[in-house]
Amino acid sequence: MSQTTNTPITTALAGGDDNEPILEGRALEKFYLQPDGARIQIISPTDIKVMPGKILALLGPSGCGKSTLLRMLTGLSVPSAGEVFYHGRKLTVDPPNVGIVFQSFALFPWLTVLQNVEAPLEARGVSGAERRERAMRIIDSVGLDGFENAYPKELSGGMKQRVGFARALVIEPEVLFMDEPFSALDVLTAETLRGELMELWNDRKIPTRAIFIVTHNIEEAVVLADRVVVLASHPARIREDFEITLAQPRSRKSEPFESLVDHIYRVLTQPDLEHEMPAEMKSAPAAPAPSPAAPAPRYVRLPHVRAGGIAGLLEILVDHDGREDLHRVSHQLMLESDDLLPIVDACVMMGFARVEQGDAEITELGREFAAGDIQKRKQIFREALLANVPILQQIDSALLSKKDGTMLLDFFHDLLDEHFTDDEVRKQLDTVIQWGRYAELFDYDSVTGRLSRTKP
Amino acid sequence: MLKLEPILHPSTLSRFISERTKRNSSLWADAAVFAGLLAILYALFVSARVWFEPFAPVANISSSPRMLPLYAAYSLVRISTAYIISLLFALGYGLAAAKSERAAKILLPLLDILQSIPVLSFLPGVMLAMVALFPGRQIGLELGSILLIFTGQAWNIAFSFYASMKGIPRELDEAARLYRFSAWQRFTQLELPFAAIGLVWNSMMSVAGGWFFLMACEMFVLGTRDFRLPGLGSYLQMAASEGDTRAILWGMGAMIAVIVLLDQLVWRPAIAWSDKFKFESVEGVAPQSFVLKVLRRSGALAAFYRVAIYPVEERVTHAFVVNKSNVTVLEAAPQNKFKTWVARAFSLIAVAVVAWLAYRALSTISQLGQRQLFFLARDAAFTFLRVNASLILGALWTVPVGVWIGTTPRVAKFAQPVVQIAASVPATALFPVLLLLLIRAGGGMGTAAMALMLLGTQWYILFNVIAGAMAIPTDLKEASSVFRFDRVERWRRLILPAIFPYLVTGMVTASGGAWNASIVAEYFHFQGGTLSVRGLGAAISRATDSGNLPVLLAATVMMSLIVVTMNRTLWQRLYRLAATRFKLET
Repeated sequence: MSQTTNTPITTALAGGDDNEPILEGRALEKFYLQPDGARIQIISPTDIKVMPGKILALLGPSGCGKSTLLRMLTGLSVPSAGEVFYHGRKLTVDPPNVGIVFQSFALFPWLTVLQNVEAPLEARGVSGAERRERAMRIIDSVGLDGFENAYPKELSGGMKQRVGFARALVIEPEVLFMDEPFSALDVLTAETLRGELMELWNDRKIPTRAIFIVTHNIEEAVVLADRVVVLASHPARIREDFEITLAQPRSRKSEPFESLVDHIYRVLTQPDLEHEMPAEMKSAPAAPAPSPAAPAPRYVRLPHVRAGGIAGLLEILVDHDGREDLHRVSHQLMLESDDLLPIVDACVMMGFARVEQGDAEITELGREFAAGDIQKRKQIFREALLANVPILQQIDSALLSKKDGTMLLDFFHDLLDEHFTDDEVRKQLDTVIQWGRYAELFDYDSVTGRLSRTKP
Repeated sequence: MLKLEPILHPSTLSRFISERTKRNSSLWADAAVFAGLLAILYALFVSARVWFEPFAPVANISSSPRMLPLYAAYSLVRISTAYIISLLFALGYGLAAAKSERAAKILLPLLDILQSIPVLSFLPGVMLAMVALFPGRQIGLELGSILLIFTGQAWNIAFSFYASMKGIPRELDEAARLYRFSAWQRFTQLELPFAAIGLVWNSMMSVAGGWFFLMACEMFVLGTRDFRLPGLGSYLQMAASEGDTRAILWGMGAMIAVIVLLDQLVWRPAIAWSDKFKFESVEGVAPQSFVLKVLRRSGALAAFYRVAIYPVEERVTHAFVVNKSNVTVLEAAPQNKFKTWVARAFSLIAVAVVAWLAYRALSTISQLGQRQLFFLARDAAFTFLRVNASLILGALWTVPVGVWIGTTPRVAKFAQPVVQIAASVPATALFPVLLLLLIRAGGGMGTAAMALMLLGTQWYILFNVIAGAMAIPTDLKEASSVFRFDRVERWRRLILPAIFPYLVTGMVTASGGAWNASIVAEYFHFQGGTLSVRGLGAAISRATDSGNLPVLLAATVMMSLIVVTMNRTLWQRLYRLAATRFKLET
């Protein structure tokens, strides 16, 4: 990004005490009430503060409620309970002065780059000439010079996200919110943009007082953030909240960096255990005690992975004498932690692997599975499912008890929707069907919506 | 920093005129724009003069071809006015349904029913009311015909707009809310652009449907009263009634010319222009239009925009930004108690009025004896058979032909535009001509009714089958050659499943069209007398003629019920099957 922005950015930085949070969520909660009165908790009561001068990363597995938390803080979504404070005042109808960079860019495809960036100013009643000037200045500073009259569809992903940044920054937001801003980009582009963003931030060329980034990428959080809040899921709750004291720019290869990443892997794979913190991070001052673990769920949630993914991970573990660091596995498989962790969960659930200190270790059963041929694998998978996964046990015994060996899937839909939102129920059932088919427990006819027992 | 020339403002019109315009403005482009404007103004002027002429229910229609441009202009003005009203109504209806969940609960099912009511049943009521509203002026009749066309074209546009509004991607909506877009900015920069493609396509369909009704309501009989409006439809009916072959040919030529012109001057540019609103991140092959290029090249248009429209737009946008902080971004604002009470009172009144009207309608229908209801049911059975027979006949010939056209690129290249034009020639315009031919060939009204329905419906099917056949992926075709499928296997395993979703879409549209067509096809004023066959459509037409309100009401309700039931049971199920099992995923 070029260096034209020499004008001091006064508007955004003026005013405000550096020790007062800009935005603060107190006991924010999100839940859905089912028609029968049952309550599906998405986010447990959570306290969170956005402090000036800091980059805060909110880290957690995908679908855990990070984005919902972001939307509650920005006023886009109303918390089911709890309150958001903006400079100490309750957030009601007045929206806070913040910008969001979206994962999907969320640009208006029918407007040019310039028109997209001007739109938020137009909404604030800024008149033509001033609007254009401010928009051009910010477009210039994110390196989009010469693209003002292009339409988003003419731009590459990285350029689109630059427009996203320009649009968010043009209003000189107090907090720049970013919702997985780099995850739709390829690795190289993402790295470049991250670097440029940090450069602008460190040189104080970015007209905002704080950055709040939501991510599932552990390394990204450690590279960028001054403070990391790790969420555990189902329901979302703060698992850990710490500051990173490593100097910028941070090298991914350095020992302290790796031990930080490793630590977070440990927290994410075994969220209910206490883990010792490395020296490079310290508990955030006055950090709330990590919320207590969620009560044991009455129902086991299936991670959405395929049997092939499970086999792949187990084979890698066998190649490494049965035990390997998850951080390194993710590099070898070129998987982001977000894609890797569900596979690990599934392996643990089936008894194919154990997780310890951020490492995964294969079990005897896992070895047997990895070594087997297709039929053998299916058999082991079937037995593991019937031994460990309640819903598949239920389906199996229900199908056995029926004379014609078939059943409507809807029946199980009703069982699940006490525990999950509609969307999640659908995903759970998809996984149930995938696994059941692979294990040759049953087949599913999508036209009639019936499960039928596979003839032995 | 670069010094910029004034940049066009994001708005509907500015998008119409791209940045390139200013650079290659050319004189002849400007001349073409002015000529077009003049033509439109003249047509409006001539029509308006007629509208305020004294009331003359039976216009004298000349069979001279020299009058045809004028008649075409009359018809065009009628249909354009109706379309503009429909569009405005549809935008309002769609907005209301999308913004308020409570309103949607009533508005959506209502839309479903309105869509299936045979429009021509309204003809007597609307016409008599409008004539009474403007006594002694021609404008009453004109407004009546416009209102009728409106009832035929508004619903699908409204539905399309509503569906688009509901389909706005969540993050775009959030961006608009977070950046505090005013209602106006949201409408012009998010909602309208997002809905644009659907609106253009549905407008095309609606206007084609509008021609259908326009032809029917330019010339009709109510009891003993004869009504005739000068226009293309009445010209064709006159010509056929008198058996004047020369006039028929002239009339049909004019009709086709109008449709081709509309296609070239309005729809093609509109489609090419709306490509800009495609919500795709990758650029594909964009549709082209010569006329759009001319418009974009016109410097005069761009200058007009800069001088006259941009400042107004700027002011409107600012006017809507009332108070910078007083914008609600939160999902749910606290409910105003007074407002709730007013809303409740209004709904109560609305419910009471509807209930009373429904009661009146039912008691009117109950004047009919059991015997009469039985006759109506029997008529309905006849029409039911006729509609479905014509659908099956239509599918039988269009499927092989459509597949042939669709899979032979050489043929598709010239056949597709021809079919497109054939599909948009209103069947009602051709009815009298076809009837004349059939009677000359010795066929009876029974055959004619079927032929007329077929004429109105087959094009939709053909059109969709061609599209379906063209969409069969090449690798599947190659696979079926590799496996050496014989002809039967090829059809059974590849072609029929692949075109199934398209066939269903075509048949649904055709089915609705056939029911509506039955009103015209089963009962026809011709050469001074009436020709009719037994059927629900004939019952409606006859009741219209004789002013028999109970029968008209009962038959209309019956037809709507049949169409709704068919949609809910048969077509919706086939749709679901098409969307799940026969969907070709890419």
